[in-house]
Formats: sequence, structure tokens, C-alpha cells
Amino acid sequence: MLKTFPIGGVHPSENKLSREARIEYFPLPDTVVLPLSQHIGAPAVPVVAKGDKVVVGQLIAKAGGFVSSNIHSSVSGTVVSVDLAMTASGLRQPAITIRREGDEWAEGIDCSSELVRECTLEPAEIIRRIADAGIVGMGGATFPTQVKLTPPPGKKADVVIINGVECEPYLTADHRVMLERGEEVLVGTSILARALGVQQCYIGIENNKPDAIAHMKELAESFPGIEIVPLRVRYPQGGEKQLIAAITGRQVPSGALPIDVGAVVQNVGTALAVYEAVQKNKPLVERVVTVTGKPLAQPANYLVRLGTPISALIDHAGGMSDDVGKVIGGGPMMGRAMSHPEAPVLKGTSGVLLMRQKESHRKQPDTCIKCAKCVSVCPMGLEPYLLSKLSKKRMYAEAEPERIVDCIECGSCSYTCPAGLPLLDYIRLGKAETLKMIRARAAKS
Amino acid sequence: MDNKLIVSPSPHVHSGNSTRRLMGDVLIALLPAFVVSVWVFGLNALWVTALAVASCVVFEYLIQKFLLKGACSIGNLSAVVTGVLLAFNLPSTIPLWLVVLGSFVAIAIGKMTFGGLGKNPFNPALVGRVFLLIAYPVQMTTFPLVGVDATSGATPLAFVKEALKSGSSVSDILPSISHQNLAYGLTSGSLGEVAAIALLIGFVYLLVRKVITWHIPVAVLGTMALFTAILWGIDPESYMSPLFHLLAGGAMLGAIFMATDYVTSPMTTKGMLIYGFGIGVITVLIRVWGAYPEGMSFAILIMNAVVPLINKYVKPRRFGAKKVRGAAA
Amino acid sequence: MGVFAYTILTLSLLGVLLAAILYFVASKFRVWEDPRIDDVEKMLPGANCGGCGYAGCRAMAEALVREDDISTLYCPVGGGECMKQIADFLGKAAPEREPMVAVVRCGGSCEKRPRTNTFDGARSCAVSASLYGGETGCSYGCLGFGDCVNVCEFGAIRINPETGLAEVDEEKCTACGACVKACPKGVIELRKKGPKGRRVYVSCVNKDKGAVARKSCEAACIACTKCVKACPFEAITIENNVSYIDFTKCRLCRKCVAECPTGAIVDVNFPPRKPVEAAASATPSATPGKVENPTSVAEAPAQTAPEVKPETKK
Repeated sequence: MLKTFPIGGVHPSENKLSREARIEYFPLPDTVVLPLSQHIGAPAVPVVAKGDKVVVGQLIAKAGGFVSSNIHSSVSGTVVSVDLAMTASGLRQPAITIRREGDEWAEGIDCSSELVRECTLEPAEIIRRIADAGIVGMGGATFPTQVKLTPPPGKKADVVIINGVECEPYLTADHRVMLERGEEVLVGTSILARALGVQQCYIGIENNKPDAIAHMKELAESFPGIEIVPLRVRYPQGGEKQLIAAITGRQVPSGALPIDVGAVVQNVGTALAVYEAVQKNKPLVERVVTVTGKPLAQPANYLVRLGTPISALIDHAGGMSDDVGKVIGGGPMMGRAMSHPEAPVLKGTSGVLLMRQKESHRKQPDTCIKCAKCVSVCPMGLEPYLLSKLSKKRMYAEAEPERIVDCIECGSCSYTCPAGLPLLDYIRLGKAETLKMIRARAAKS
Repeated sequence: MDNKLIVSPSPHVHSGNSTRRLMGDVLIALLPAFVVSVWVFGLNALWVTALAVASCVVFEYLIQKFLLKGACSIGNLSAVVTGVLLAFNLPSTIPLWLVVLGSFVAIAIGKMTFGGLGKNPFNPALVGRVFLLIAYPVQMTTFPLVGVDATSGATPLAFVKEALKSGSSVSDILPSISHQNLAYGLTSGSLGEVAAIALLIGFVYLLVRKVITWHIPVAVLGTMALFTAILWGIDPESYMSPLFHLLAGGAMLGAIFMATDYVTSPMTTKGMLIYGFGIGVITVLIRVWGAYPEGMSFAILIMNAVVPLINKYVKPRRFGAKKVRGAAA
Repeated sequence: MGVFAYTILTLSLLGVLLAAILYFVASKFRVWEDPRIDDVEKMLPGANCGGCGYAGCRAMAEALVREDDISTLYCPVGGGECMKQIADFLGKAAPEREPMVAVVRCGGSCEKRPRTNTFDGARSCAVSASLYGGETGCSYGCLGFGDCVNVCEFGAIRINPETGLAEVDEEKCTACGACVKACPKGVIELRKKGPKGRRVYVSCVNKDKGAVARKSCEAACIACTKCVKACPFEAITIENNVSYIDFTKCRLCRKCVAECPTGAIVDVNFPPRKPVEAAASATPSATPGKVENPTSVAEAPAQTAPEVKPETKK
């Protein structure tokens, strides 16, 4: 019996259309738009101005606080503007726009594909390089990596878990990275372990990627301390808390962080970025993005420069058609639907998913028949029907003791609801409002 | 591109579950029992069931349209399920006007007065049945003669109760009870409750289709078995065996199809076990010491009333509630 | 017969016993409350809308009785009359406030603000607003899912199916402010009801730069500053690319309305504009007890200067 997380979960159709597509280097874009907020935390502060010449890998915006991240130019060219730019959600946010002229890299960046295995740097130096490179959680959470590698005083990690689960349907970026750049991922993993002073690393991979499991197992033989853990296919296994529970059996308590149970979780893509930053001195300027969906002619995995318009990726993979009803940034369970696909690829863009018209519409909501399916699939052991009802009625004070803030927004409840109720829509809202309420209370006392 | 993009919060895919599909699965699961009842009771069973279903659907349609003025709700098949379950709880020889009356009580009073599907606190089919049982006891307990060891039209439970009351001991009556016939449905009783095996086939189907979980039926039947086994162990001459209690009367039908009604059962697995335990205990209490030979309907209705309380206080196993082990911090 | 007498006797005894217990408990656990709270609560409208800032009419009544100075307490639903009645009853000074009304500051109707995408989530403004910019190019305006409608206790607000915008019924609106709190976009504002319900306001909250705002909505304020220049009373300011009329300073001259190039400034409840000569005679009489009468004629703005401040005219 394969390992998996203890409570709830669903199994949506996997639809990994692009699993066989090798990672392609995406043609360089003419212009890139790099928003200053591509991570969780304070926005970065621009250090270039309109008209400046920049090269690839040059710092263009500095971290704006402890929980923040550097941003580097992903092309060489001229800064066209430092102003508001449209994002995929239709909101304008501060961004740096650069027009590309050639492809000149900053000095000191090693662009060769040669593997550099040895790393003898001190942990502090590793963490500094990671912070300098502007690395964030590449699975979509976009939490600055250096913060995760700096546990609060008194807490110590004893295990590093690399998330190669990719439990979202359709997405294959991590899968391809493990197959094609597995060694670099493993080096990145050992660097992360070194930075944290941890001996034991696990790479969790769901059983629907047997090729990746076999490949990584073979490679990992020469990396002592790294163990490949095959996992039963179940969504949301890629959730941080679920993955820790699946692999180590430790459950992160309500309101606590993974570090409280001694675990640090990083995505496969992050491990790769860490490798490049530490061993090759290469900042985060490109990432692997899955472009997929049933309406697309050639679902693909691209290595894309950050800031490339998402519409360019779609065009390259077969283009928009009248049948496209929805464009999603990320996977179908947790991704965000876009109103403006001209928006750029960000650090956290793991995939672009196109849905057909007829797949795009939600079911007409019916009445709740109290079938309890939402309760049984909730991976956090919550009662979605109740939380949704309380949120809809704005009864946040009542929702708090029902642990609404524990919700990881995985969408299993809405996915399974036979009445087609938008359970998560309201829970997400209620969670945000409840957090606001809690923060206000903390500020008062 | 002319068509506008659709934007919605995640998730963007759905399992394809629907109320209609779940209800459809329940109907399919009821099919074996229905076939047996037609085989045992003849075409009467067919007429009673058809009439109950038709009248439930018509009442729901009329009330929804003219009183609640809401969107038509009969498409979700819940009224059909109510109709079939009500019919399964009636004797095949019941006057047809009583079927219509029972359907009316089930749908109008049991369900629509509370606002329709999802809001009724009590199982509508049982509301209809219990109303008929109390208001028309004679018609509701006159059963046709069935099988070779005809027990004079009384159900096995009623027969046993009478016999034990009149001073006979279990060993006296045992020869006139055939457990095989109870399992195959060759016995006297309501339409759908007679064939234990057919009902169990339906149970397996529901489990496979993930319409229900095992918790409620197993809790109900397990509790009944345990409780009657204790009594039987104490005095096998005064109390019937657990096997008899599980096979006779509405135990199977109630545990598998009536107690598991989504709307009127608890939301958490722990709650379901408590609820099932309650039903089991009350059923046996009524069967053994109560005035009625069968207590399943009453037990379910009583426990229905407790469900909101169970939902309020019995919470699911939360993630992270387990004690942290092996933590460095 | 014996059974009968027995029954009556038992029941009577039981009744007496229970009455005694009830009496004991009631007197033992009695909590003294100012009886005036009940009276005040009865005088309040009883809508429990929370517009006063208290959890309900009872809480408001308690506060009214408790506080010596009730000038900060005001029931917007009952209005001045109700407050006066309560103040008289309590022997305190009546708080006075001008009648207010909720105003929806968005003019982006379906044809003026074309839809660029379709929202298919829960029909809730808050859900939509927390997800993304909205169905149109404007990420500031009314979303039209009616969170305000759902919170209104008085049925005073509705979504007009033709414009897709929230509309306030001023007859029913009590200015309780529930919709203001419910609107995630901050589109609704409580503004002075104005004499005869006449108001002038900027019906736009779009903070985008003029060109961007105009592109997404024909009725958007483009922050051209024409209204600021036109205003003789310095009531108009522009902040974050959007104009705002301070209703405490506005004298309802409507010069700005005529100046606004996009029609973002709206006047309501004014009689239709008339030729100059008709205007002089048709000037409506002053509203009793209130500041002045607003003339409705753009050609004669000077007359709209209020009598309290005649020197500010022109």
C-alpha cells in the first residue's frame, strides 16, 4: 500500500496531455512585463528607471522587506516604463516593462549545461545566494525561499521534502523537469539540505509518474540521504501539510507551520532554481511552464523567460480558438482563471490551461441535500457545507471556532458537491474575512 | 477572438456528481428488492409502487409550482425515491386511496412544508408511513398470505410477539419460522422489506457507487445484532436470535435505505455511527418490549430529530489534531 | 368519579407547586433593568439594522438610556423625529443630523461599460471582487451581483436589470449604511439627501488615469479638472484620478454637471431644465426649514447661492 495523506481527498481525471512533450526553449519575447509583486509579501522596490539599459540577470527591483523577493531582468534591452501594468486578474499593478534588444547576459552567470555537483558553501552563503537570485516557491505559492530556509529561533528542521507530486490534473512541468533535469534537482535538494543542516531528504512523487519515479530512484542512488517516495495518486497531495503527513506521518497542527513539525517543503522547480542560483550564479529569470488543454493543438512544456505574455505561449502551442472558454493560470483545481491572457508569465506560473467552452461553465447550483460528501473529501477534516453557509451569512465569528482558517482552498468540496454549490467561493471569502478579524483583534490587544 | 472568456474561482473542474445521479443510483439499488416484491406479492406490488411514485411526484410538482412558486424540482428524482420507499413500507393489499393519502402526507407535510428537498428534518417516506400506521392500523397491518409456512397473514415479528406474549417459548415457535424464507423474501410483510438478500445486493451497489458509506447501515445492524445477542444469550427461550431480528421486518430496508437518507442523517462519520447506534437500540427496545411488533420506522424518526444536535456537537476528525510526534521543535 | 376528583386534585396541586417555584425563581434571579430601556426600544423603529453602530435596537436603547450625552447616537432609520421623541422622553438633548441617503457612485451601465469577460462564480460581489478585476475593463465600479441588495433590510436597493447597476429607492432608504459596508468596491456612499432630494455627485470611483478609465467606460470620470474649475464653492477635489464633490460644501448650482465631458457628474431630482425666462418664474419655493432652494437652471447659477452665505455667489 502506497503512502498518502490521512483524511479526505479526491481523484479528478488526470488529463496529463503534455506528459510526453520535452521541455522546449521558448523563443525570446520582444517585450517583457515584470510585476513588482510576483511573490507573497511586500512588493519589490525598483532600482532601474525608464530608459535604462539592462542585461539578462541584472537586478531591476530589490526585495522590499524580509518577506519579499528580488526581481531580475529576464531579457537584455531598455526599460520602457516603470508603471502600472495589467495583470491576468484585470487589476493594474506596478511593473517594469523592458523592450528586448539581443540577448546579453550579466557577467558571472554560468549558462552552460554542465553539471556542477559539489557544493562546499556555508549555509549562510547558500541562503544569501538564494535570496539574491529572487527564488520563490515555484509551485504556485510563491513564498520567498530564503525565508523558509531561515527557521525562526528555537526551531529546527530535520527533514527536507521535495514536492514532485504535481497532483493538479493537466500540469506536467515538474514531471518533465524530473525526467530531463533530475540530477540538477537532486543537487538542488542536497544544497537545500545543506543550507538547513538536515541529513534526511525525501522526494515525493505520485504513482502516476512511474517513469519519473524510476529515473529519480536511479539517479538518487549516488545521493546519500535523498529518498524517492512513491505516493498514491490523490488530490491534494501536493498541499504542504498533506505532503508532510503523507511522507512522514507528522500532522502540522492548526495554526502552525511545517517547521513546527521539523519539515521544510520545496517544489521540484524550486530545487532546480536553487541549483542554478547557487552553482551557476543564475538568478530566477526563466521557468518551465506547461501549456495545455483540450482545445490546444500541441500541448507543450516550455522553458520561458519571466514576463513573456501568456498569449504568446498559447499562440505557440496552437493558438486560441472560438472553442476556448476559459484560460487558467495553474491547474484546474487551484489555478486562477484569467480575464487578460496578455498578462505576463510570473515566477509562480506553473501552467497555462485552456478549457473548452462546454467545460468552462459551472453547473447551475441546486439545494444542499446534506449528502456529507464535502465533509468526507475535505483533507483538513473541516465541514465545508457549514463553513460556506456561515461565510455566506457573514457569520465569521461563528466560523472561526469551526477552523475556517485551516482551509487550504484545495477545492475538493466544490469539486465533489452533487448540488454544484460554490462552496469554496464562499469559504475562501470567509477565510479572508476571518483572518482580517483575527488580525484586527491581535492588533487591539 | 469574439467570445468572452469565462472567469470563475477555482476549482474549474467538477466530479460530475449530481443530485439526480445519486437519486438514480438509489433507485437502481432498490430494483432487486422491487423485483422480489413483485414476485412475492404479484402485480399488486407494482400498482402500489407506481401509484405512490406518481402521487409523490405530482404532489411535489403542484406544491413547488403553486405554493412555493419555485423552480420545478421533480427532475432530481427525490420525489420518486420517496414514493418508492413509501410503497416499500406498505402492505401490498392496502387500499389504493391510502397510498395517495400517504404520499400526500409524505411530500406535503414531511417535505414541502419545510421548504423542499434538503430542508426536511424527518424522512418524508417514514412520515407518510407512520401517519398511515397510526391512523389506519388495520389496513396497515393486514398482510397477504405468503409462502408455504403461512403465519396467518401476520408478519414474522408480529407473530413472534403475539406468541411470546401468550406464554409460548422460543423453541415452541421456532419451527414455524424459516430463516431461509426471511432471507429470500418468502414471508409476509411490507412490499420492500421482505427480501433481505435483495436489499443487501442494493447495499453493495450503493457502496460501490459511493452513494453512501458503510457507517450507518453497519452501525444500525451491528447494534441490533449486539443488543439482541445479549438478550438471547441471557435467555434464549424468551428472546429471538440476532439473526432473526436482522432478517425479519424492516431492519434491512430501514438500515440501508431509510436511515441513510442524506437529508436526515448526520454529516460526519462519527455522527453517523452514533445515529446508527441510536436507531439500533430504539428499534430493539420497541421490538422486544414495545407495543408495536416493529420499531424501525419510529427509531429512525426519533433519531432524525437528534441529527441537528449530532451535527452541532460531533465534528469530523480534524487534520493536525493528532499529537505531533518526532518533531524537532 | 373517584378517578376524576383524583385527577383534578393532582393537577391543581401540581399547578400550585410549579407556580410557587416559578415565583421563587423569578424573584430570586431577577435582573434589574432600567424600565425606560423598554420604552425607548419601543420608540425605535425595531428594524435591528445596525445602522446606528449597535448590534440592534435593544443595544441602541440601552446606550441611549445609559449615556448622558446622546449627541453621538443617531438612528438613521427613525430620523430626526424619532430621536427628538426619545430625547424628550429621556430629558436629554436631541441629536440632530441631516437626512442622508445611499448613493451608488457608478454610471457604468451595460452599454457604457462593455463586458470583457463573463463571471461564472458564486453570485456575490465580494467573491468576484476578491478574485479579480471584474467583468469589465473597469476594476472599480459596481459589479452588479447585489451584495447590497442582500443586506438591505428595507428593500430599498435593487439591481436594475437593464443597466446592471445597483439602484437606491430613496423613499425606502433609511441611510443605515449596511450597503456601504457590504459593497466590496466602496461604490456606495451615504450623502446628504438634499432639499427635495436634490443632489449632485460624481457617479464614478475609477482611479485609473483618464485615458485608461475612458477606454473601459464611457461614463468614467477622467479627472479632467473641468468641474474643479467650474465650481464656485470649492466643493470639488480630485484625488487618485477621480473627482469628488464634498456634499457639505456643494450648493447644488450644477455648473459642474454642464461641464463634465463624460457625464460622470449626475444631478438627481431636479426639474427638467427650462429656458431662461421660464426659469425665473418657475423657481421652486424654498424647502421649509432647510437651507435654501436650488434652482434648476444652468443659465442662472448665481441664484443657487444659499441665503446663509449670500456672499459666495458667482
